[in-house]
Amino acid sequence: MNVVIRRRETSLGWGALVVYLGALALALGICAVLLMLSGKPGLGGLAILFRGAFGQGYSLLDGLVKAIPIFLCSLGVALSFRMQIWNIGAEGQFALGAVGATFVALALPGQPWPVLLPLMFLAAMLAGGLWGLIPAGLRLWLGVNEIISSLMLNYVGILFLEFLVFGVWKDPGSFGFPMTAEFSPGGQIGRMGPALGLNLGKLHWGLLACPLAGVAYGVFLSRTRLGFELAACGEGERVARYANLPYGFLVLLVMGLGGALAGLAGSIECSATLGRLQPTVMVGYGYTAIVVAWLARLKPWPIAFTSFLLASLRVGVEVLELRLQIPAAFGQIMEGAILLCVLAGQFFLDYSVSVRFARLRRADSAAPGLEERA
Amino acid sequence: MSPELIVALLAAAVQAAAPILFATLGEILSEKAGVLNLGVEGVMAIAAFAAFITCHVTGSATLGLLAGGLAGALLCGLHSLVCQVFLGNQVVSGLALTIFGVGLSNYLGTPYVGIGTEGFRQFAVPLLGQIPVLGAVFFRQDAMVYLGYFAPVAVWFLLSRTSLGLGLRATGEMPAAAAAAGLNPQRLRAFGVMAGGFLCGLGGAYLSLAHTHLWTTGLSGGRGWVAVALVIFAFWRPGRAVLGALLFGGVMAFQLRLQAAGTNVPSSLLLMLPYALTVLALVFSATRARSSARKAAAAPAALGVNIEPEG
Repeated sequence: MNVVIRRRETSLGWGALVVYLGALALALGICAVLLMLSGKPGLGGLAILFRGAFGQGYSLLDGLVKAIPIFLCSLGVALSFRMQIWNIGAEGQFALGAVGATFVALALPGQPWPVLLPLMFLAAMLAGGLWGLIPAGLRLWLGVNEIISSLMLNYVGILFLEFLVFGVWKDPGSFGFPMTAEFSPGGQIGRMGPALGLNLGKLHWGLLACPLAGVAYGVFLSRTRLGFELAACGEGERVARYANLPYGFLVLLVMGLGGALAGLAGSIECSATLGRLQPTVMVGYGYTAIVVAWLARLKPWPIAFTSFLLASLRVGVEVLELRLQIPAAFGQIMEGAILLCVLAGQFFLDYSVSVRFARLRRADSAAPGLEERA
Repeated sequence: MSPELIVALLAAAVQAAAPILFATLGEILSEKAGVLNLGVEGVMAIAAFAAFITCHVTGSATLGLLAGGLAGALLCGLHSLVCQVFLGNQVVSGLALTIFGVGLSNYLGTPYVGIGTEGFRQFAVPLLGQIPVLGAVFFRQDAMVYLGYFAPVAVWFLLSRTSLGLGLRATGEMPAAAAAAGLNPQRLRAFGVMAGGFLCGLGGAYLSLAHTHLWTTGLSGGRGWVAVALVIFAFWRPGRAVLGALLFGGVMAFQLRLQAAGTNVPSSLLLMLPYALTVLALVFSATRARSSARKAAAAPAALGVNIEPEG
């Protein structure tokens, strides 16, 4: 038997869907086995999960609410992944964004929302962006590996948030719980349902940030000179410098913008869903965003779709937690397994594999005239 | 500070350094073969649980240690499979491994939170343990710390004094040349990744068997990432890995002592120390590597680059 692997000349087309579904099925199979190992129904558990995620109108809305921060963070990391800058600091930038927004909300209480909310977003994007610029600067000027520095800054950022919430920002009326005072009404993003006269559950106006950011991302990448240069930088630093592209500027730009987007997500999350800052605002959206960005191969529409999918998965896991007493970590396992399986599966998008058996090969060599005619 | 306190602090530093040292050595093996493994954090988490549960069931700390190592090798085998057979991006595969591993460890471990294990207890080495100061710091530790004294020497010997190590390094520098020399780069890489995984697994096992003696989730707490950073700090050399691990062990022990002593400094700021120090260490090694421009300080040339199939 002889295995021949070739790089594909043409795209797999609809076959790609089969590859993705196959990888997804494998990942879900692994998860089902894990459920069975801990004495729970395997396929039944997955059924509960999917019914919990997609079964009802309100569960879909809940998925949409959770998709907002994931989508924004994911756009941010995808931007830097495009030029092979591995920003895995979205989680920390998210934390800094929440801190920045809270600072403004606490400093300017009682302001109307048209004043307060923009200022909060601005502060959040500034804080998140600056947090993202640290690893970028270290990488550019000192050659420090951005993977590790951005990751370490996640821990530092989250601990900084906790330092504030457990300390100077702690609400005296919170009975010792680590949380700030509630933002004044002007600092809270409202829900869409009441204003539109519809029953939209927890869905809030922060959703509007997603199409705005998504369109800006698409236009930037496909319609601007910098966007093209960014794509060219994906070939590596040496190529970029040789082609006289503004490599350093682009590194700072993508890390700054990525941080700003993650910061925006952080501010929306604490303003809309919590109405205050508390450590529970950190639920790992920044890491899910990395999974999403890669699953979606860094393209905007697939990022939107995958954000919703993984957000819904989180909703489903919450239902599973309640119904079968499954630890919350099950969601992480699913994300990791899906990413590993899809990553392996993407091999079949780029390469063709053909297996030739020895007997066939002998038949080939038995017809030598063929080669001459070809 | 009294002298006794300093000795206790130093001994605690050596203990805290052990898991990081094992993981750093493991990552050095993997990277020397040309495979970047960012899954160390997840591998340590899984290994900590595998070691705990084995020790809990069988009552044998040695079996627990082996189970931790094997779990680490197995999980890294998955990384090897995704990167070497399916040519997946090494950065992404490693991240996925971390997410998967930490999740799996928490998932399987949740029912056991709060259960203790016998694990490894500290004992004094005859004679050496009686040396003043040094004896108390280095030779009244547990068996795994003693194992940790030999591990860097073993890894150094393997890498620079054996033909297997030479092949491993060749694969990390230029797989095509290694193949032309009659070696099998794929097999060597798989060996490097899985042997490295075994060492990372030992580091993880240390956490549940000797560090806490008690199972809780989230035991790895960023140590895997620190190990990845220390590989760069160590310039891929086992000897410097010891230095880095001791440095981090020192900071971790220091901030724990300070917390236990009940200082006015908020614990969240103290907990930041190891992570902030990691960034500082990276800055330091980056400037060192630049100024000296020595080849010895450079990463293996083919690190992170998958071997393309022929044809």
